[in-house]
Amino acid sequence: MNYDPFILPFSIGASILILTLILKYGYWIYKLDKDEKIKIVRGFFSIKLFKGIREVFLESLIHRKIFKENALLGYMHMSLAFGWFLLIIGGSLESKIHSHRPFNMPYEPIFFKFFNHNINIYPWADEFKFIMDFLLLLVLSGVVLALIKRVWSRLFGMKKTTKLRIGDRFALISLWLIFPLRFFAESITSGLYNNGGFLTGNAGKVFAYTLPLETLYYPTWWAYSSVLCVFFLALPYSRYMHIFTEAVLIFLRNFGIKSCKVFNAYSKVEVYSCSRCGLCIDKCPLLTSSRIKDTQAVYFLQSVRNKNVKEEKAFDCLLCGRCQEFCPVGIGLNNIRVSQRLDFAPGLQNFNFINPQQKEKATVAYFAGCMTHLTPTIKIAMEEIFKKAGTDYTFIDKDGGICCGRPLMVSGEIMKAHKLIEKNHNLIKESGAKTLVTSCPICLKSFKEDYKLNIEIIHHSQFLLRLVNERKISLNKSEIKAVYHDPCELGRGCGVYEEPRQLLQKTLSLQRIKNEKESSMCCGNSIGGLHVNHVQREAITMDATAALLKYKPELIVTSCPLCKKTFAKNPETGVKDIAEVVVASMRN
Amino acid sequence: MKKRVTIIGGGIAGMETATYLASMGYETTLLEKSNEIGGHLLNWEKLFPTMRLGKDVVNFIDRGIELSKTNVIKNADIIDAKKAGNIFSVKLSDGRTFESDAVVVATGYDLFDARKKEEYGYGIYDNVITSAELEILLTKEKHVLTPTGKVPKRVGFVHCVGSRDEKVGNVYCSKVCCVTAVKQSIEIKEKNPDAEVFCFYMDMRMFGMHFESLYKQAQEKSGVNFIRGRLSEACENMDGSILVKVEDTLAGKPLRMSIDLLVLMVGMVPSEGTKKIGNMLGLNFGANGFLKSQDQHSLSVVSNVPGVFFTGCCVSPRTINNVFADSRSAAIMTASYIEGYPIEKRIAELK
Amino acid sequence: MKNFGYTINKDRQIDFDKTDKRISEYVREHEPSFNICIACGTCTATCSSGNFTELSLRKIITLVKRGDTKGIQAEISKCMLCGKCFLACPRGVNTRNVIIKISQALEKYNI
Repeated sequence: MNYDPFILPFSIGASILILTLILKYGYWIYKLDKDEKIKIVRGFFSIKLFKGIREVFLESLIHRKIFKENALLGYMHMSLAFGWFLLIIGGSLESKIHSHRPFNMPYEPIFFKFFNHNINIYPWADEFKFIMDFLLLLVLSGVVLALIKRVWSRLFGMKKTTKLRIGDRFALISLWLIFPLRFFAESITSGLYNNGGFLTGNAGKVFAYTLPLETLYYPTWWAYSSVLCVFFLALPYSRYMHIFTEAVLIFLRNFGIKSCKVFNAYSKVEVYSCSRCGLCIDKCPLLTSSRIKDTQAVYFLQSVRNKNVKEEKAFDCLLCGRCQEFCPVGIGLNNIRVSQRLDFAPGLQNFNFINPQQKEKATVAYFAGCMTHLTPTIKIAMEEIFKKAGTDYTFIDKDGGICCGRPLMVSGEIMKAHKLIEKNHNLIKESGAKTLVTSCPICLKSFKEDYKLNIEIIHHSQFLLRLVNERKISLNKSEIKAVYHDPCELGRGCGVYEEPRQLLQKTLSLQRIKNEKESSMCCGNSIGGLHVNHVQREAITMDATAALLKYKPELIVTSCPLCKKTFAKNPETGVKDIAEVVVASMRN
Repeated sequence: MKKRVTIIGGGIAGMETATYLASMGYETTLLEKSNEIGGHLLNWEKLFPTMRLGKDVVNFIDRGIELSKTNVIKNADIIDAKKAGNIFSVKLSDGRTFESDAVVVATGYDLFDARKKEEYGYGIYDNVITSAELEILLTKEKHVLTPTGKVPKRVGFVHCVGSRDEKVGNVYCSKVCCVTAVKQSIEIKEKNPDAEVFCFYMDMRMFGMHFESLYKQAQEKSGVNFIRGRLSEACENMDGSILVKVEDTLAGKPLRMSIDLLVLMVGMVPSEGTKKIGNMLGLNFGANGFLKSQDQHSLSVVSNVPGVFFTGCCVSPRTINNVFADSRSAAIMTASYIEGYPIEKRIAELK
Repeated sequence: MKNFGYTINKDRQIDFDKTDKRISEYVREHEPSFNICIACGTCTATCSSGNFTELSLRKIITLVKRGDTKGIQAEISKCMLCGKCFLACPRGVNTRNVIIKISQALEKYNI
């Protein structure tokens, strides 16, 4: 068995790391709910396990999602992650083949070239030399890119890159040193014993002329081992915790565990899975429009991790979901933001004065939503359509109703919200309806996520499409050039992108725009951004409006009363809700 | 050769400026996009605060144009306006080009499109009209009827529609609507003595001479009711009357009432023509979209482009007597510019 | 000679020298748009809870500014945070945050 004192730093570091990870992850999983633990056990012995493995391969190693957004950034992450992974696998195979033993000490593959000077005699030696050197080159290219990104982030198309803390600095510097040191160690070894491939071999030859190989030989291996040790020890206190945590998150998610508005163990796993790639920064409208630089998801997660969440930062988020949509790790960023608001919410509540009665019974319950009362054209249009189509409906909040509860929820007032939810829930149940149609996407998300209604819950655009497809109403086609704006809560929030478009295409000439569907821009007036002031919102609104007006439409169509009110401010083009468009088309 | 001036906009501001420039001996052309001159004043029956007939003022201004021999061009659709050296050329769509040594922009205002404030129901419910539409009803009818043909028992006026409202993008006050509401409420009571009239206001801006006494007259002689509370929304009752929701802030309680005819006091916004001409000539716009003067106090008719002056509501909401003063001031400053008075020097000293 | 014999019945006036301005100062500091309210009443008129109860945001803001905070806690806890007032306010007051800050201040100063 091969041994040398220099392997000790590596081995000690690795052991401590593995122990730390087992304890940490074990504790977090222990802290999960009973239902969630059952889901893990069930999922482990099912196909979900393979789904998890596949996703770990695609996202943690190849970083496919990052590639889609930013190829250079994706390559950087992939070369480091996948390259290192393959180096470990390749090295293990190499050392097993050479030693004819199925099990080796873990440090043998890492320090293979030190312990095995005469490798040309065993099978596949040349192939392995080539592959290992190629992988080393791959990883080194990633390290170079990472260095460049630190100083010149614009090359990556990123306006800003993440700031570092002390634990990060140790881990970052040691990580950057690992592969160059491996390169030096292997090259110097090759220079002495000629056991290197195309990269280390040739470098070794060059070093033989320029460097005192004998003197450097042993110290570089010590350095390589030590730097690995520093990295392993610093890892749990740095962003690189994401390397392993991301895999844990992927498995938990595939087993069916969902993110939640209250901060629990799963939220903790999410927080530690953040690789600080920084993709969320440029997606945030608060940065691009209002120049607020310190509240983006990556910084917020950092503050959660360090347990110093500032109240303004918790409330300085529109919850528009753009960061969440593009997060390559799939962290539930909105829920984590809301979970931190709970601490600052005052506990006063008194809703005993609300005792609504629902007397009418019908098959369809229509809930306009608070905001829709301030855009009466929408509810008037819906009533006209219901009557024309002969729908058996009841208008639950006709004379002004109880709020759905989502504004309270996203402000951190979860207990208060549940009181309203209970009252509304009873109203809807009393109506006996099988389908709940709402005009406000905020209410829609609330009904779907926070209510436990066992009936169909849809937005009015989906209902209207159904009416058209069932031939209960018919639309005339016109050539009006229009653009459709996806509201945050309907699009990213509930995943409804296609039905409004299908409906509009039957009656208008709908143009495609650059920032649509998942990339749609927030109008600025979300109920999530409590701390964002009206100058900042105005900036976001102007940018979102300009992005629509760029296509010189004759009409802007949206499906949210808040968005409608916001875009109606612009003096150039009219704004209509989908229901109004349908009614106008029906009448012709 | 005689010096020339082109005046863009044939409302009262442009007309009065044209009268004086022409009478001073300049070859003056007045361009108006519609087929009559006189602008918004043509549709106004009576003027505050004295309730004198708007027609009289229109005739007075018309006479001025006649006497001064201004060249009036109607149906003028301007497609380009630019300055080359010291000469301005304004090109129309029918091919004619007017060259001049100075230009006065008097493109005026448009009324706020009340459909943007959809919670008030304009364009949705039948019995919601704007103050401009009411004025036309007042000029034509003996008694005022609702759009559905009924005699209104209750008429409500809503102040500040499209003004002082961050949510529609106009944060400024349109100056004239408060006193117009008082005037129109007095007129309604004269035409429909049995009607109850209510004014829903945030503030009562009675800044001018005799405005306060008009307000008092409305309360005292006409019995108009003033309720301090801004409308949040209006709905329609089964019989077509409008149900308004407001908080009676002075009584400290929410209030609702059914109104047969709801009149929205729509504010002034910079007109389409103002934006168009302003962009063509490279004029600066102020924060609210109106044209920006070189100095708010001392150079309110002077623009950032030497030789271009402005007058009237294209710069900010104005009353009629303001417009007279403005227009004559614009005429003087244009004339002195043409005669070589070094305005630029004076502006530089101000900074 | 300050107390004009009103020792049995407390006077109803707002004695601005003596009222408690801490709530007002807390809100002013954390939500500056609190200052620009002109008490037009649109918020109260459109309030969802106002359909069922006496909650009047305009009144609450005005009284907090004067320092007269008796009974405000009971009223403000009726707010559903639905946001209609925010959408209706012509001045751009961030009404929902004002409500949250007032509640926080009331809790902080144990009123």
